[in-house]
Amino acid sequence: MTGKTLTLRLKVWRQDGPRAAGRFEEYDLPGISVDMSFLEMLDVLNERLNADGHEPVAFEHDCREGICGSCSLMINGMAHGPQKGTATCQLHMRHYRDGDEIVIEPWRSSAFPIIKDLVVDRAPFDAIIQAGGYISAPAGSAPDANSVPIPKEASDSAMDAAQCIGCGACVAACPNGAANLFTSAKLAHLNLLPQGQAERYSRTVAMVDTMEDHFGSCTNHGECEAACPKEISIDFIALMNRDYVKAQLFNRRLAGQRR
Amino acid sequence: MATATAPAKRKRELPWPITFYRSAVGKKWVMAISGVVGLGFVVVHMIGNLKLYLSREEINLYGEALREFPKHLLPRTVFLWITRVVLVLALAVHVHAAASLTRMNARARPRNQQYQSPRDYQVANYASRTMRWTGIIVLLFIGFHLLDLTWGGGGADFERGDAYNNLVRSFDRPLVAAVYVVANLALGVHLFHGVWSMFQSLGVNNPRINKARKRFAQSVAAIIVIGNISFPIAVQAGWVDEACVGTEHGEPCEPSGLKF
Repeated sequence: MTGKTLTLRLKVWRQDGPRAAGRFEEYDLPGISVDMSFLEMLDVLNERLNADGHEPVAFEHDCREGICGSCSLMINGMAHGPQKGTATCQLHMRHYRDGDEIVIEPWRSSAFPIIKDLVVDRAPFDAIIQAGGYISAPAGSAPDANSVPIPKEASDSAMDAAQCIGCGACVAACPNGAANLFTSAKLAHLNLLPQGQAERYSRTVAMVDTMEDHFGSCTNHGECEAACPKEISIDFIALMNRDYVKAQLFNRRLAGQRR
Repeated sequence: MATATAPAKRKRELPWPITFYRSAVGKKWVMAISGVVGLGFVVVHMIGNLKLYLSREEINLYGEALREFPKHLLPRTVFLWITRVVLVLALAVHVHAAASLTRMNARARPRNQQYQSPRDYQVANYASRTMRWTGIIVLLFIGFHLLDLTWGGGGADFERGDAYNNLVRSFDRPLVAAVYVVANLALGVHLFHGVWSMFQSLGVNNPRINKARKRFAQSVAAIIVIGNISFPIAVQAGWVDEACVGTEHGEPCEPSGLKF
Protein backbone atom coordinates (compact mmCIF):
# COMPACT_ATOMS: atom_id res chain seq x y z
CA MET A 1 0.00 0.00 0.00
CA THR A 2 1.37 3.36 -0.98
CA GLY A 3 -0.81 5.24 1.46
CA LYS A 4 -1.43 7.99 -1.06
CA THR A 5 -5.00 9.27 -1.09
CA LEU A 6 -7.10 11.32 -3.48
CA THR A 7 -9.95 13.74 -3.08
CA LEU A 8 -12.41 13.34 -5.92
CA ARG A 9 -15.50 15.15 -7.10
CA LEU A 10 -18.06 12.67 -8.42
CA LYS A 11 -21.04 13.50 -10.61
CA VAL A 12 -23.26 10.44 -10.44
CA TRP A 13 -26.50 9.73 -12.32
CA ARG A 14 -29.28 9.11 -9.80
CA GLN A 15 -32.63 7.77 -10.91
CA ASP A 16 -35.15 6.39 -8.44
CA GLY A 17 -36.77 3.93 -10.83
CA PRO A 18 -37.41 3.02 -14.48
CA ARG A 19 -40.00 5.74 -14.96
CA ALA A 20 -38.54 8.40 -12.69
CA ALA A 21 -36.70 11.37 -14.12
CA GLY A 22 -32.98 11.11 -13.46
CA ARG A 23 -30.50 13.76 -12.41
CA PHE A 24 -26.82 14.16 -11.67
CA GLU A 25 -25.81 14.43 -8.05
CA GLU A 26 -22.43 15.70 -6.96
CA TYR A 27 -20.39 14.18 -4.15
CA ASP A 28 -17.05 15.28 -2.74
CA LEU A 29 -15.12 12.18 -1.82
CA PRO A 30 -11.89 12.62 0.17
CA GLY A 31 -9.55 9.89 1.35
CA ILE A 32 -9.67 7.57 -1.67
CA SER A 33 -6.64 5.28 -1.79
CA VAL A 34 -4.91 5.02 -5.17
CA ASP A 35 -4.85 1.24 -4.66
CA MET A 36 -8.63 0.96 -4.73
CA SER A 37 -10.48 -0.24 -7.76
CA PHE A 38 -13.15 1.99 -9.23
CA LEU A 39 -15.89 -0.15 -7.67
CA GLU A 40 -14.21 -0.04 -4.25
CA MET A 41 -14.22 3.74 -4.57
CA LEU A 42 -17.99 3.53 -5.14
CA ASP A 43 -18.27 1.18 -2.12
CA VAL A 44 -16.63 3.88 -0.02
CA LEU A 45 -19.07 6.45 -1.40
CA ASN A 46 -21.99 4.16 -0.53
CA GLU A 47 -20.75 3.49 2.99
CA ARG A 48 -20.56 7.21 3.61
CA LEU A 49 -23.99 7.76 2.07
CA ASN A 50 -25.36 4.98 4.30
CA ALA A 51 -23.71 6.44 7.37
CA ASP A 52 -25.30 9.81 6.59
CA GLY A 53 -28.70 8.17 6.17
CA HIS A 54 -28.85 8.64 2.39
CA GLU A 55 -29.81 6.10 -0.26
CA PRO A 56 -26.66 4.43 -1.63
CA VAL A 57 -25.90 4.51 -5.35
CA ALA A 58 -27.15 1.35 -7.09
CA PHE A 59 -24.58 -0.15 -9.45
CA GLU A 60 -24.07 -3.65 -10.77
CA HIS A 61 -21.02 -5.74 -9.85
CA ASP A 62 -20.25 -9.35 -9.15
CA CYS A 63 -16.92 -11.10 -9.71
CA ARG A 64 -14.77 -7.95 -9.62
CA GLU A 65 -12.10 -9.75 -11.63
CA GLY A 66 -13.16 -8.83 -15.13
CA ILE A 67 -14.91 -12.02 -16.17
CA CYS A 68 -18.59 -11.72 -15.30
CA GLY A 69 -19.67 -8.69 -17.30
CA SER A 70 -21.83 -7.24 -14.52
CA CYS A 71 -20.14 -3.89 -14.09
CA SER A 72 -21.29 -1.36 -16.58
CA LEU A 73 -20.39 2.26 -16.08
CA MET A 74 -19.94 5.11 -18.52
CA ILE A 75 -17.04 6.95 -16.92
CA ASN A 76 -16.32 10.43 -18.25
CA GLY A 77 -18.05 9.49 -21.50
CA MET A 78 -16.10 6.26 -21.97
CA ALA A 79 -17.54 2.79 -21.46
CA HIS A 80 -15.61 1.11 -18.59
CA GLY A 81 -13.46 4.22 -18.28
CA PRO A 82 -10.28 5.38 -19.98
CA GLN A 83 -8.17 2.23 -19.64
CA LYS A 84 -8.23 0.04 -22.73
CA GLY A 85 -9.14 -3.64 -22.49
CA THR A 86 -10.47 -3.62 -18.92
CA ALA A 87 -13.88 -3.69 -17.31
CA THR A 88 -14.75 -1.07 -14.68
CA CYS A 89 -13.83 -3.45 -11.85
CA GLN A 90 -10.26 -3.69 -13.15
CA LEU A 91 -9.85 0.06 -13.42
CA HIS A 92 -7.84 1.41 -10.52
CA MET A 93 -7.83 4.80 -8.90
CA ARG A 94 -4.10 5.27 -9.53
CA HIS A 95 -5.16 6.44 -13.01
CA TYR A 96 -6.78 9.51 -11.44
CA ARG A 97 -5.28 12.61 -9.97
CA ASP A 98 -6.15 14.48 -6.83
CA GLY A 99 -9.06 16.84 -7.47
CA ASP A 100 -10.33 15.09 -10.61
CA GLU A 101 -14.01 15.33 -11.47
CA ILE A 102 -15.46 11.99 -12.55
CA VAL A 103 -18.83 11.79 -14.29
CA ILE A 104 -20.54 8.41 -13.95
CA GLU A 105 -23.55 7.44 -16.08
CA PRO A 106 -25.37 4.20 -16.84
CA TRP A 107 -25.31 2.56 -20.30
CA ARG A 108 -27.84 4.38 -22.45
CA SER A 109 -29.85 2.62 -25.13
CA SER A 110 -33.55 2.05 -25.60
CA ALA A 111 -32.80 -1.69 -25.42
CA PHE A 112 -31.22 -1.23 -21.95
CA PRO A 113 -33.79 0.64 -19.82
CA ILE A 114 -32.49 2.02 -16.55
CA ILE A 115 -33.75 0.07 -13.54
CA LYS A 116 -32.22 2.31 -10.90
CA ASP A 117 -29.32 4.78 -10.76
CA LEU A 118 -26.52 3.07 -12.71
CA VAL A 119 -28.22 -0.31 -13.17
CA VAL A 120 -29.69 -1.16 -16.56
CA ASP A 121 -31.73 -4.12 -17.76
CA ARG A 122 -29.68 -6.06 -20.31
CA ALA A 123 -32.36 -8.71 -20.95
CA PRO A 124 -32.28 -8.29 -24.78
CA PHE A 125 -28.82 -9.90 -24.68
CA ASP A 126 -30.44 -12.96 -23.10
CA ALA A 127 -33.04 -12.97 -25.88
CA ILE A 128 -30.26 -13.07 -28.48
CA ILE A 129 -28.55 -15.98 -26.70
CA GLN A 130 -31.86 -17.83 -26.36
CA ALA A 131 -32.42 -17.47 -30.10
CA GLY A 132 -29.35 -19.53 -31.01
CA GLY A 133 -26.42 -19.23 -28.63
CA TYR A 134 -26.23 -22.97 -28.03
CA ILE A 135 -25.64 -26.22 -29.87
CA SER A 136 -28.28 -28.95 -29.97
CA ALA A 137 -26.09 -31.92 -29.12
CA PRO A 138 -27.08 -35.21 -27.51
CA ALA A 139 -26.14 -34.55 -23.90
CA GLY A 140 -24.79 -37.94 -22.89
CA SER A 141 -21.76 -38.38 -20.73
CA ALA A 142 -18.88 -35.99 -21.22
CA PRO A 143 -17.00 -36.77 -24.44
CA ASP A 144 -13.32 -37.58 -24.36
CA ALA A 145 -11.06 -34.60 -24.67
CA ASN A 146 -9.75 -34.09 -28.20
CA SER A 147 -12.21 -36.56 -29.69
CA VAL A 148 -13.20 -33.85 -32.14
CA PRO A 149 -10.12 -32.50 -33.92
CA ILE A 150 -10.16 -28.70 -34.15
CA PRO A 151 -7.56 -26.72 -36.09
CA LYS A 152 -5.48 -24.50 -33.82
CA GLU A 153 -6.38 -21.33 -35.77
CA ALA A 154 -10.10 -22.07 -35.52
CA SER A 155 -9.95 -22.74 -31.79
CA ASP A 156 -7.85 -19.59 -31.21
CA SER A 157 -10.34 -17.49 -33.13
CA ALA A 158 -13.31 -19.08 -31.39
CA MET A 159 -11.70 -18.46 -28.01
CA ASP A 160 -11.05 -14.81 -28.91
CA ALA A 161 -14.77 -14.46 -29.63
CA ALA A 162 -15.73 -16.47 -26.54
CA GLN A 163 -13.99 -13.90 -24.36
CA CYS A 164 -17.10 -11.74 -24.66
CA ILE A 165 -18.51 -11.27 -21.16
CA GLY A 166 -21.77 -9.72 -22.39
CA CYS A 167 -21.30 -6.49 -20.46
CA GLY A 168 -22.93 -4.31 -23.12
CA ALA A 169 -20.10 -1.79 -23.49
CA CYS A 170 -20.36 -2.23 -27.28
CA VAL A 171 -23.99 -1.11 -27.24
CA ALA A 172 -23.18 1.68 -24.79
CA ALA A 173 -20.37 3.02 -26.95
CA CYS A 174 -22.11 2.61 -30.31
CA PRO A 175 -23.59 5.89 -31.59
CA ASN A 176 -26.39 3.76 -33.09
CA GLY A 177 -26.99 1.60 -30.02
CA ALA A 178 -26.15 -1.50 -32.09
CA ALA A 179 -25.27 -4.87 -30.58
CA ASN A 180 -23.43 -6.26 -33.60
CA LEU A 181 -20.17 -6.83 -31.74
CA PHE A 182 -21.87 -8.82 -28.97
CA THR A 183 -23.96 -10.90 -31.38
CA SER A 184 -21.08 -11.51 -33.78
CA ALA A 185 -18.84 -12.68 -30.93
CA LYS A 186 -21.51 -15.04 -29.63
CA LEU A 187 -22.06 -16.37 -33.15
CA ALA A 188 -18.38 -16.73 -33.96
CA HIS A 189 -17.48 -18.75 -30.88
CA LEU A 190 -19.96 -21.43 -31.98
CA ASN A 191 -19.79 -20.99 -35.76
CA LEU A 192 -16.02 -21.43 -35.89
CA LEU A 193 -16.04 -24.81 -34.13
CA PRO A 194 -17.01 -28.20 -35.58
CA GLN A 195 -19.79 -28.65 -33.00
CA GLY A 196 -21.41 -25.44 -34.21
CA GLN A 197 -21.54 -26.30 -37.91
CA ALA A 198 -24.80 -28.22 -37.99
CA GLU A 199 -26.83 -25.19 -36.96
CA ARG A 200 -24.48 -22.51 -38.28
CA TYR A 201 -26.81 -20.74 -40.69
CA SER A 202 -30.09 -21.15 -38.84
CA ARG A 203 -28.33 -19.89 -35.71
CA THR A 204 -26.97 -16.87 -37.56
CA VAL A 205 -30.38 -15.88 -38.93
CA ALA A 206 -32.14 -16.45 -35.59
CA MET A 207 -29.64 -14.44 -33.54
CA VAL A 208 -29.29 -11.57 -36.03
CA ASP A 209 -33.07 -11.25 -36.42
CA THR A 210 -33.54 -11.21 -32.64
CA MET A 211 -30.76 -8.63 -32.29
CA GLU A 212 -32.46 -6.37 -34.81
CA ASP A 213 -35.72 -6.51 -32.87
CA HIS A 214 -34.02 -4.63 -30.04
CA PHE A 215 -30.95 -2.76 -31.22
CA GLY A 216 -29.74 -0.32 -33.86
CA SER A 217 -27.68 -1.14 -36.93
CA CYS A 218 -23.96 -1.12 -37.57
CA THR A 219 -22.37 1.78 -39.46
CA ASN A 220 -18.79 0.58 -38.96
CA HIS A 221 -17.62 3.39 -36.69
CA GLY A 222 -15.52 0.93 -34.68
CA GLU A 223 -16.47 2.49 -31.31
CA CYS A 224 -17.53 -0.93 -29.94
CA GLU A 225 -14.12 -2.46 -30.55
CA ALA A 226 -12.44 0.49 -28.80
CA ALA A 227 -14.76 0.18 -25.79
CA CYS A 228 -14.74 -3.61 -25.45
CA PRO A 229 -13.05 -4.72 -22.19
CA LYS A 230 -12.07 -7.94 -23.96
CA GLU A 231 -10.87 -6.12 -27.09
CA ILE A 232 -13.03 -8.23 -29.38
CA SER A 233 -12.39 -7.36 -33.01
CA ILE A 234 -14.96 -6.01 -35.45
CA ASP A 235 -13.60 -8.67 -37.81
CA PHE A 236 -16.24 -10.87 -36.16
CA ILE A 237 -18.94 -8.46 -37.37
CA ALA A 238 -17.72 -9.00 -40.93
CA LEU A 239 -17.89 -12.77 -40.36
CA MET A 240 -21.44 -12.45 -39.06
CA ASN A 241 -22.44 -10.33 -42.07
CA ARG A 242 -20.95 -12.91 -44.43
CA ASP A 243 -22.72 -15.82 -42.72
CA TYR A 244 -26.02 -13.94 -42.64
CA VAL A 245 -25.84 -13.17 -46.37
CA LYS A 246 -24.93 -16.79 -47.12
CA ALA A 247 -27.78 -17.99 -44.93
CA GLN A 248 -30.33 -15.79 -46.69
CA LEU A 249 -29.16 -16.10 -50.28
CA PHE A 250 -28.31 -19.76 -50.61
CA ASN A 251 -30.50 -22.82 -50.44
CA ARG A 252 -29.97 -24.40 -47.07
CA ARG A 253 -32.63 -27.07 -47.43
CA LEU A 254 -30.03 -29.61 -48.47
CA ALA A 255 -28.11 -29.00 -45.28
CA GLY A 256 -31.27 -29.32 -43.23
CA GLN A 257 -31.01 -25.70 -42.14
CA ARG A 258 -34.01 -24.25 -43.91
CA ARG A 259 -36.24 -22.54 -41.40
CA MET B 1 -60.26 -40.62 -28.21
CA ALA B 2 -57.07 -39.42 -29.55
CA THR B 3 -57.40 -36.54 -31.90
CA ALA B 4 -54.77 -36.10 -34.48
CA THR B 5 -53.70 -32.52 -34.68
CA ALA B 6 -52.81 -31.34 -38.12
CA PRO B 7 -49.30 -29.98 -38.25
CA ALA B 8 -49.48 -26.23 -37.81
CA LYS B 9 -49.40 -24.61 -41.19
CA ARG B 10 -46.14 -22.81 -41.62
CA LYS B 11 -46.39 -19.10 -41.95
CA ARG B 12 -46.04 -18.21 -45.58
CA GLU B 13 -42.53 -17.06 -46.19
CA LEU B 14 -41.95 -13.85 -48.07
CA PRO B 15 -39.75 -14.08 -51.16
CA TRP B 16 -36.12 -14.16 -50.05
CA PRO B 17 -35.06 -10.79 -51.47
CA ILE B 18 -37.72 -9.09 -49.34
CA THR B 19 -36.87 -11.08 -46.19
CA PHE B 20 -33.22 -10.27 -46.77
CA TYR B 21 -33.78 -6.56 -47.39
CA ARG B 22 -35.97 -6.30 -44.31
CA SER B 23 -33.01 -7.07 -42.07
CA ALA B 24 -30.47 -4.37 -41.23
CA VAL B 25 -27.56 -6.64 -42.16
CA GLY B 26 -29.27 -7.22 -45.52
CA LYS B 27 -29.82 -3.49 -46.01
CA LYS B 28 -26.15 -2.82 -45.32
CA TRP B 29 -25.25 -5.49 -47.89
CA VAL B 30 -27.53 -3.81 -50.42
CA MET B 31 -25.98 -0.44 -49.55
CA ALA B 32 -22.53 -1.88 -50.16
CA ILE B 33 -23.49 -3.38 -53.53
CA SER B 34 -25.29 -0.21 -54.68
CA GLY B 35 -22.29 1.74 -53.36
CA VAL B 36 -19.99 -0.34 -55.56
CA VAL B 37 -22.22 0.51 -58.55
CA GLY B 38 -22.06 4.19 -57.66
CA LEU B 39 -18.32 4.02 -57.07
CA GLY B 40 -17.81 2.39 -60.48
CA PHE B 41 -19.80 5.19 -62.07
CA VAL B 42 -17.88 7.93 -60.24
CA VAL B 43 -14.51 6.46 -61.25
CA VAL B 44 -15.47 6.10 -64.95
CA HIS B 45 -17.07 9.56 -64.95
CA MET B 46 -13.94 11.17 -63.54
CA ILE B 47 -11.59 9.38 -65.94
CA GLY B 48 -13.80 10.19 -68.92
CA ASN B 49 -13.92 13.86 -67.98
CA LEU B 50 -10.13 14.05 -68.03
CA LYS B 51 -10.59 14.22 -71.79
CA LEU B 52 -11.47 17.85 -71.12
CA TYR B 53 -7.72 18.40 -70.99
CA LEU B 54 -7.17 16.89 -74.46
CA SER B 55 -9.51 18.96 -76.58
CA ARG B 56 -13.12 19.87 -77.24
CA GLU B 57 -13.25 17.28 -80.03
CA GLU B 58 -11.92 14.52 -77.77
CA ILE B 59 -14.41 15.00 -74.97
CA ASN B 60 -17.36 15.53 -77.31
CA LEU B 61 -16.45 12.40 -79.26
CA TYR B 62 -16.19 10.57 -75.93
CA GLY B 63 -19.72 11.72 -75.11
CA GLU B 64 -20.91 10.47 -78.47
CA ALA B 65 -19.09 7.17 -77.95
CA LEU B 66 -21.03 6.66 -74.70
CA ARG B 67 -24.28 7.00 -76.66
CA GLU B 68 -23.09 4.60 -79.35
CA PHE B 69 -21.55 1.99 -77.05
CA PRO B 70 -21.33 -0.94 -77.88
CA LYS B 71 -21.52 0.29 -81.48
CA HIS B 72 -23.32 -2.17 -83.74
CA LEU B 73 -24.30 -4.68 -81.09
CA LEU B 74 -27.19 -2.57 -79.81
CA PRO B 75 -29.13 0.37 -81.22
CA ARG B 76 -27.80 3.81 -80.28
CA THR B 77 -28.28 4.87 -76.60
CA VAL B 78 -29.82 1.52 -75.56
CA PHE B 79 -26.83 0.59 -73.45
CA LEU B 80 -26.64 4.14 -72.10
CA TRP B 81 -30.25 3.93 -70.94
CA ILE B 82 -29.74 0.52 -69.36
CA THR B 83 -26.81 1.99 -67.44
CA ARG B 84 -28.90 4.98 -66.39
CA VAL B 85 -31.71 2.77 -65.11
CA VAL B 86 -29.26 0.65 -63.12
CA LEU B 87 -27.65 3.77 -61.64
CA VAL B 88 -30.98 5.32 -60.68
CA LEU B 89 -32.14 2.05 -59.08
CA ALA B 90 -28.84 1.73 -57.19
CA LEU B 91 -29.14 5.31 -55.96
CA ALA B 92 -32.77 4.84 -54.96
CA VAL B 93 -32.12 1.67 -52.97
CA HIS B 94 -28.98 3.17 -51.38
CA VAL B 95 -30.93 6.21 -50.17
CA HIS B 96 -33.91 4.14 -49.03
CA ALA B 97 -31.74 1.75 -47.03
CA ALA B 98 -29.84 4.67 -45.48
CA ALA B 99 -33.05 6.46 -44.47
CA SER B 100 -34.57 3.31 -43.03
CA LEU B 101 -31.44 2.37 -41.05
CA THR B 102 -31.17 5.94 -39.76
CA ARG B 103 -34.70 5.67 -38.39
CA MET B 104 -33.87 2.30 -36.82
CA ASN B 105 -30.78 3.78 -35.16
CA ALA B 106 -32.71 6.79 -33.91
CA ARG B 107 -35.14 4.39 -32.23
CA ALA B 108 -32.25 2.49 -30.61
CA ARG B 109 -30.70 5.67 -29.19
CA PRO B 110 -33.53 8.21 -28.90
CA ARG B 111 -33.10 11.73 -27.58
CA ASN B 112 -34.02 10.80 -24.01
CA GLN B 113 -31.34 8.08 -24.03
CA GLN B 114 -28.43 10.31 -25.05
CA TYR B 115 -25.47 10.63 -22.72
CA GLN B 116 -25.74 13.68 -20.52
CA SER B 117 -22.03 13.97 -19.87
CA PRO B 118 -19.60 15.17 -22.51
CA ARG B 119 -18.87 12.12 -24.59
CA ASP B 120 -15.87 11.86 -26.85
CA TYR B 121 -15.60 9.43 -29.74
CA GLN B 122 -12.63 7.10 -29.46
CA VAL B 123 -12.14 5.97 -33.04
CA ALA B 124 -15.17 7.10 -35.06
CA ASN B 125 -13.88 9.68 -37.50
CA TYR B 126 -15.37 12.78 -39.06
CA ALA B 127 -16.27 10.84 -42.22
CA SER B 128 -18.11 8.03 -40.44
CA ARG B 129 -20.10 10.44 -38.28
CA THR B 130 -21.15 12.68 -41.18
CA MET B 131 -22.20 10.00 -43.69
CA ARG B 132 -25.83 11.07 -43.75
CA TRP B 133 -24.94 14.75 -44.27
CA THR B 134 -22.31 14.15 -46.95
CA GLY B 135 -24.80 11.73 -48.52
CA ILE B 136 -27.52 14.39 -48.61
CA ILE B 137 -25.09 16.95 -50.07
CA VAL B 138 -24.10 14.49 -52.80
CA LEU B 139 -27.76 13.63 -53.49
CA LEU B 140 -28.71 17.31 -53.90
CA PHE B 141 -25.63 17.82 -56.00
CA ILE B 142 -26.57 14.95 -58.35
CA GLY B 143 -29.90 16.74 -58.97
CA PHE B 144 -28.19 20.04 -59.68
CA HIS B 145 -25.48 18.44 -61.81
CA LEU B 146 -28.02 16.62 -64.02
CA LEU B 147 -30.02 19.82 -64.42
CA ASP B 148 -26.87 21.79 -65.21
CA LEU B 149 -24.99 19.54 -67.62
CA THR B 150 -27.40 16.84 -68.79
CA TRP B 151 -30.73 18.61 -69.21
CA GLY B 152 -29.31 22.10 -69.65
CA GLY B 153 -31.48 23.89 -67.12
CA GLY B 154 -28.67 25.12 -64.93
CA GLY B 155 -28.70 28.71 -66.19
CA ALA B 156 -25.65 28.58 -68.45
CA ASP B 157 -25.87 28.52 -72.26
CA PHE B 158 -26.43 24.89 -73.12
CA GLU B 159 -26.00 23.11 -76.40
CA ARG B 160 -26.87 19.43 -76.56
CA GLY B 161 -23.88 17.33 -77.53
CA ASP B 162 -21.25 20.01 -76.91
CA ALA B 163 -20.12 18.75 -73.52
CA TYR B 164 -16.92 20.78 -73.69
CA ASN B 165 -18.49 24.21 -74.04
CA ASN B 166 -21.40 23.38 -71.72
CA LEU B 167 -18.94 22.45 -69.03
CA VAL B 168 -16.70 25.48 -69.54
CA ARG B 169 -19.65 27.91 -69.62
CA SER B 170 -21.04 26.39 -66.43
CA PHE B 171 -17.74 26.39 -64.53
CA ASP B 172 -16.98 29.95 -65.64
CA ARG B 173 -19.49 31.07 -62.99
CA PRO B 174 -17.51 31.28 -59.72
CA LEU B 175 -20.46 30.32 -57.54
CA VAL B 176 -21.19 27.22 -59.60
CA ALA B 177 -17.52 26.28 -59.60
CA ALA B 178 -17.56 26.59 -55.80
CA VAL B 179 -20.64 24.36 -55.60
CA TYR B 180 -18.86 21.68 -57.63
CA VAL B 181 -15.77 21.86 -55.44
CA VAL B 182 -17.73 21.66 -52.18
CA ALA B 183 -19.95 18.82 -53.42
CA ASN B 184 -16.96 16.80 -54.55
CA LEU B 185 -15.22 17.31 -51.22
CA ALA B 186 -18.37 15.93 -49.58
CA LEU B 187 -18.29 13.02 -52.02
CA GLY B 188 -14.67 12.37 -51.06
CA VAL B 189 -15.51 12.30 -47.35
CA HIS B 190 -18.46 9.98 -48.09
CA LEU B 191 -16.22 7.62 -50.09
CA PHE B 192 -13.49 7.72 -47.43
CA HIS B 193 -15.79 5.94 -44.98
CA GLY B 194 -18.09 4.24 -47.48
CA VAL B 195 -15.44 2.37 -49.43
CA TRP B 196 -13.88 0.95 -46.26
CA SER B 197 -17.25 0.25 -44.67
CA MET B 198 -18.38 -1.63 -47.78
CA PHE B 199 -15.80 -4.37 -47.13
CA GLN B 200 -17.18 -4.91 -43.61
CA SER B 201 -20.80 -4.95 -44.76
CA LEU B 202 -20.02 -7.49 -47.47
CA GLY B 203 -17.99 -9.52 -44.98
CA VAL B 204 -14.79 -9.13 -46.99
CA ASN B 205 -12.39 -9.47 -44.12
CA ASN B 206 -9.07 -11.20 -44.20
CA PRO B 207 -5.90 -10.45 -42.25
CA ARG B 208 -4.04 -10.26 -45.53
CA ILE B 209 -6.16 -7.43 -46.91
CA ASN B 210 -7.48 -5.68 -43.80
CA LYS B 211 -4.78 -2.99 -43.76
CA ALA B 212 -5.11 -2.50 -47.51
CA ARG B 213 -8.87 -1.86 -47.18
CA LYS B 214 -8.36 1.49 -45.45
CA ARG B 215 -5.55 2.51 -47.78
CA PHE B 216 -7.71 1.60 -50.77
CA ALA B 217 -10.55 3.77 -49.43
CA GLN B 218 -8.20 6.70 -48.83
CA SER B 219 -6.67 6.41 -52.30
CA VAL B 220 -10.04 6.15 -54.03
CA ALA B 221 -11.38 9.19 -52.16
CA ALA B 222 -8.24 11.22 -52.90
CA ILE B 223 -8.11 10.33 -56.59
CA ILE B 224 -11.81 11.09 -57.14
CA VAL B 225 -11.66 14.41 -55.29
CA ILE B 226 -8.46 15.59 -57.00
CA GLY B 227 -9.70 14.59 -60.46
CA ASN B 228 -13.16 16.08 -60.07
CA ILE B 229 -12.29 19.38 -58.43
CA SER B 230 -9.54 19.97 -61.00
CA PHE B 231 -12.20 20.68 -63.66
CA PRO B 232 -13.87 23.74 -62.09
CA ILE B 233 -10.49 24.94 -60.83
CA ALA B 234 -8.95 24.64 -64.30
CA VAL B 235 -11.81 26.63 -65.83
CA GLN B 236 -11.70 29.28 -63.11
CA ALA B 237 -7.92 29.57 -63.47
CA GLY B 238 -8.30 30.08 -67.20
CA TRP B 239 -6.36 26.95 -68.15
CA VAL B 240 -9.35 25.68 -70.10
CA ASP B 241 -11.25 28.21 -72.23
CA GLU B 242 -14.48 28.18 -74.11
CA ALA B 243 -13.88 27.02 -77.67
CA CYS B 244 -15.33 28.11 -81.01
CA VAL B 245 -17.88 30.64 -79.76
CA GLY B 246 -20.46 31.26 -82.44
CA THR B 247 -19.64 28.25 -84.60
CA GLU B 248 -22.21 25.53 -84.82
CA HIS B 249 -21.55 22.14 -83.42
CA GLY B 250 -19.70 19.95 -85.86
CA GLU B 251 -18.06 22.78 -87.81
CA PRO B 252 -14.31 22.95 -88.02
CA CYS B 253 -12.89 24.31 -84.86
CA GLU B 254 -9.52 25.51 -83.65
CA PRO B 255 -7.74 23.00 -81.43
CA SER B 256 -8.57 23.76 -77.85
CA GLY B 257 -7.65 22.20 -74.57
CA LEU B 258 -5.14 22.61 -71.80
CA LYS B 259 -3.28 25.93 -72.04
CA PHE B 260 -0.67 27.28 -69.70
